[in-house]
Amino acid sequence: MSMNTQGRPTGIGTVGTGASGSALIPDEPLLFEIGDTEHSGVDLPEVELSSDRLGGFGRKTKLDLAGLTEPEAMRHYVRLSRMNHSIDSGMYPLGSCTMKHNPRLNEKMARLPGFSDIHPLQPVSTVQGALELMNELSYWLMTLTNTAAVALSPKAGAHGELLGMMAIKAAQEAKGEAHRTIVLVPESAHGTNPATAAFIGYSVKPVPAKADGTVDVEAVKAALSPEVAAIMLTNPNTCGLFEPQVIEIAKAVHDAGAFFYCDGANFNAIMGVVRPGDLGIDAMHINLHKTFSTPHGGGGPGAGPVVLSAALAPFAPVPFVRKAESGLELVEHVEEQALGRVTAFHGQMGMYVRALTYMLSHGADGLAQAAQDAVLNANYVKARLEHLFSVPFPDYPTMHEALFDDSFLKDTGVTTLDFAKALIDEGFHPMTMYFPLVVHGAMLIEPTESESKQTLDRFCDVMAELATDAKEGNSERFTAAPMKAPRRRLDETRAARQPILKWEKPAGTLKAAE
Amino acid sequence: MRYLPHSQHERDEMLGVIGASDIDALFSAVPKSALKSFTLDLPAHSPEFLVEAHLRALANKNHAAGDGPFFVGAGAYRHHVPATVDHLIQRSEWLTAYTPYQPEISQGTLQMLFEFQTQVAKITGMDVANASLYDGSTGTAEAVLMARRLTRKNKVVLSGGLHPHYRDVVKAYLKDDPDLVCLSPSPEGQGDVLEHIDGNTAAIVIQTPDFYGHLRDLKNAAEAAHAQGALLIVVITEVVSLGVLEAPGALGADIVVCEGQSIGNALNFGGPYLGLMATRKEFIRQMPGRLCGETVDADGNRGFVLTLSTREQHIRREKATSNICTNSGLCALAFSIHMSLLGEAGFVRLARLNHANAILLADALAAVPGVEVLNKTFFNEMTIRVTQPAASVVERLAQRGILAGVPASRLLPGEEGVENLIILAATELTTDADIAALAAALTEELA
Repeated sequence: MSMNTQGRPTGIGTVGTGASGSALIPDEPLLFEIGDTEHSGVDLPEVELSSDRLGGFGRKTKLDLAGLTEPEAMRHYVRLSRMNHSIDSGMYPLGSCTMKHNPRLNEKMARLPGFSDIHPLQPVSTVQGALELMNELSYWLMTLTNTAAVALSPKAGAHGELLGMMAIKAAQEAKGEAHRTIVLVPESAHGTNPATAAFIGYSVKPVPAKADGTVDVEAVKAALSPEVAAIMLTNPNTCGLFEPQVIEIAKAVHDAGAFFYCDGANFNAIMGVVRPGDLGIDAMHINLHKTFSTPHGGGGPGAGPVVLSAALAPFAPVPFVRKAESGLELVEHVEEQALGRVTAFHGQMGMYVRALTYMLSHGADGLAQAAQDAVLNANYVKARLEHLFSVPFPDYPTMHEALFDDSFLKDTGVTTLDFAKALIDEGFHPMTMYFPLVVHGAMLIEPTESESKQTLDRFCDVMAELATDAKEGNSERFTAAPMKAPRRRLDETRAARQPILKWEKPAGTLKAAE
Repeated sequence: MRYLPHSQHERDEMLGVIGASDIDALFSAVPKSALKSFTLDLPAHSPEFLVEAHLRALANKNHAAGDGPFFVGAGAYRHHVPATVDHLIQRSEWLTAYTPYQPEISQGTLQMLFEFQTQVAKITGMDVANASLYDGSTGTAEAVLMARRLTRKNKVVLSGGLHPHYRDVVKAYLKDDPDLVCLSPSPEGQGDVLEHIDGNTAAIVIQTPDFYGHLRDLKNAAEAAHAQGALLIVVITEVVSLGVLEAPGALGADIVVCEGQSIGNALNFGGPYLGLMATRKEFIRQMPGRLCGETVDADGNRGFVLTLSTREQHIRREKATSNICTNSGLCALAFSIHMSLLGEAGFVRLARLNHANAILLADALAAVPGVEVLNKTFFNEMTIRVTQPAASVVERLAQRGILAGVPASRLLPGEEGVENLIILAATELTTDADIAALAAALTEELA
C-alpha cells in the first residue's frame, strides 16, 4: 500500500504520490482509516449506566464509530480543508451564488453568548435583545424592499420560496379561488422555482423568453387565465438582465387575479438602488447567505426570509415579533388566516445576527454602493471579454452577472465544461456552467462587489488567454484539465451507477491504522 | 467603506472601459420611476467598533444559558462543544466555500460529507444517510412525503408524542390533507399509534425519546407498520440518546430523522440547526437532499462527488424529490468534527453522563412537594406535573435566574391537561449545584 506524506497508509485504490499528494497539496485518508473506536479527543468521566430508566431500550448493537484525539482531529480537518477552494483564497465567480466577502465581525457577533447561548424556548422575558434584533432586521428588509411584512423563519432560499408560495395559495383560497392551480415560470428560472410550485401541488406552465433574454409581457398576458395562481419571476433574471417590463408584467398578473412571486436570489444587484415593492411584487425571498454575506459553509446553512406585500401579509406564518405593552412578544401560534409554521422554533438566528451586522456596517449608502460596484464589475468583465467571447443578449447592459454562451468555442473541440476546468488550473473557481438553461453552453460569471480591479484584470487576462488558446486549437489544455488540482476529473457516471455512499470496512483486510 | 475595494478613480476608469457615462447608465433597463426614487430611512455606514457596540448591547439584554442553572430542552439541547470544533469550522476553506459543484477543488467538503454520511448511518443503524437537511422538523415533513412516494399510499399517522412544532411543520407542508392523522398529546407516554394503522397507511411517525421524554417501543411499531405495508419513520430530537439507546435501524425503522444540533452546534436561539436523515439502501432514489458518493478520478485516485442528482431540483425541476438546495453544510461539519473527537468511547460516555444527570434531576424533583414526575422511562429529559400553571412557575423561576424548562402549554396552547406540565432536560453541563438550586426554588414557589 502506498504511503502519503504523513506516513499513513492511504485508502484503498488510491495512490499517495503525484499530483494529489505532494508538497503543500495534501492527500488525506478517511477518518475511519486513521482513527478507531478506542481513541477519543474528549475527556469525560466514566459513569455507571443504571439501566432501569431505559426501560429495556438500551443499545445492544455496536456503534463502530472511529474517534480521533485532538491533535489527530486538528490535522485531519486542516489537511482536508486545504483541498477546498474558498472565497478567502481566490475569486469565486459562480453566477447566481453571490460569493462575496464574508466579514469576520459577523462571525464574532454571532458568537456572543447573548446570541449563541440562548434557547429558543426559554421565557420570552429573558430574550428581549434577540427579539429586538429580529425586529431590527425585519425593519431593514422591509425598508430596502418597500414591503409591508416579512417572515424571517425560512431556512434557505428554496424554503423561502415554499413559504411564499404557500402564502399565495392560502390567499387564493381565502378569496375563494382555490381553483387556480397553475403557476407560470419562465424557462430561465432557477430549478427551485418549478420544484417549489410542484411541491405544493401546482402545475407549472413555462413562459418563453424573448430573443433578447427578457420576459415578454405579451407572452405573460397570453399565458394568464382564471386558472393561474401566480407567476414566479426572478429579477434581475438569471441571464443577468433587469426585466424592463417588470412593472407591466406585475400589473397584468394582478389584473388577472394572480400574485407575483419574485425570486430574490439576485437582489445583490439592486439593494438600496431599486425597491422590489415599487415594481409590484407580492412576495420575495432574500438569501441572507448571498446578498447579506452570511458564509456559504460548503453548502449552508442559509436563511431565506420572505418579504410580503400588504395583500399577503395576513398569511405570514408564525413565529413573528410584535410590540406589546410589556416589551416585545413572540407570536408563536396560528392566528386567523396564517398558514402555520414552516420550521421548528424561530428560524436562523445565527444568520440574522450576521446579516444585521453586515447591514449596519454598510449602512444604506454602503449597500447601494455595493450593489453598484457589483454591477460595475460584471459590466467590466463583459466589456473586457466580449470581443473574444459570445454574448447571447447584447441589447441591455448586464446587471451583476456577465453571461456568455459557447458559440465562441464552435469547432474548437472544447466544451463549456472543459473551459471551466481549465480555469481551475489558473487558480480561479469556474463560473456557473450550463445555467440558465435557455442559453447554449452558458457561462454565468458573477464577480460580486468584493473583487478589486486588479483581480478582475487578472481574471479577464486569464479568460482572454484561454479563449485565444482554445480558438488556436490547443484543445488538450482544456480536455485534460484540471491537471493541478487535488484531483483530476472525477468519474461521476461510476458514482451514480455503483453508489458508494458510506465507508465500509474492507472485507478480509486488516484495519488500516498507524 | 472597508469592504469595497474600488477607489472612485478606479470606478471612473472602469466606466470608461465599459463606455458608460456614469453608473446609472448601467441601470438603464430599470424603469425611471423605480431607480433611486426614494430616501431610505436607514443609517449610514458605520465603523466596526460602533457596530460591535450596538450588537453587544442587544446581546446583553438576553439571559444566556451559561448565566445560571439551565434545564431547557424540548428539541434543542445545551451541550459542551469542544474548542477545536469552532476553531476548525472558522477556517476560511470550510467557512467560505460554496456547495461542492466543482469536485476537483472541493474534495475537503466532499470527503467530510462522505465521513458525515457514514457517521450518521452508523449511529442510526441505517444503510445510508444524506448530506443534511435544514433541521429535524423540516426533515420530518420531507420523510413523510418520501414515505408517500415509496408506498404510493397517503395516510400518515403522527404520534401524540411528536414535538408539536414538528407536527405543525408537517401540517403546513401537507396543508388541509384529510389523510394526515395527528393524535392528541400523550404526556403520560401512552402508546397511541398502532391502532390507527390500516391498509391505506403510508407511514407512522414516532419520536423517541418523545416530546415528554418517554422512550417509545420501536420494535412493536415497526412490526405493526410493516404488517400493513406501512413504513416506520422514527424522529429523534436528542441525537446524544443514540449513545445508550438501541439504533432505530436495528429495530426495524425505515426512515430515521434526527435533529443533529446537540453534536457540535450551539443553541443559537433555534437555528441554524442540522437535519439528519437516514434510510434503507433500496429507498435512496426517493430520498431528498444531497448525497456524496465515492468514485475515482482520471488518474484512478479515490475521490468524492455529489451523486444521484437526478433526484434534485437543478436537474429534475418540477419532478424533483424536494426543492431543497442549500442545506446545513457547516453544521454538518461541526457535527462530524465533534463526532470524530468523541468516537465510540466518547459518544457512549457522553450519553451515559447525560442519563446519569437526568436521573439525579428526576430524583431531586420527585422529592419536591407538589411535583409529580410523569416518566417511568427517559434519556435526559422528563415531564413533571406541578400544582400551579406551569408558565407562571417557569416565569417566576426565570426571574430568580433559573431557566427551569419549557411549559408544555407554550407549544400546546389551549390543549387540555397540559397546563401544569413542565418539560426539563439535563445534560453533561448540569451540575449538582444547579439541581439543588432548582429543587430549592421550586419548593418555595410551590409552597
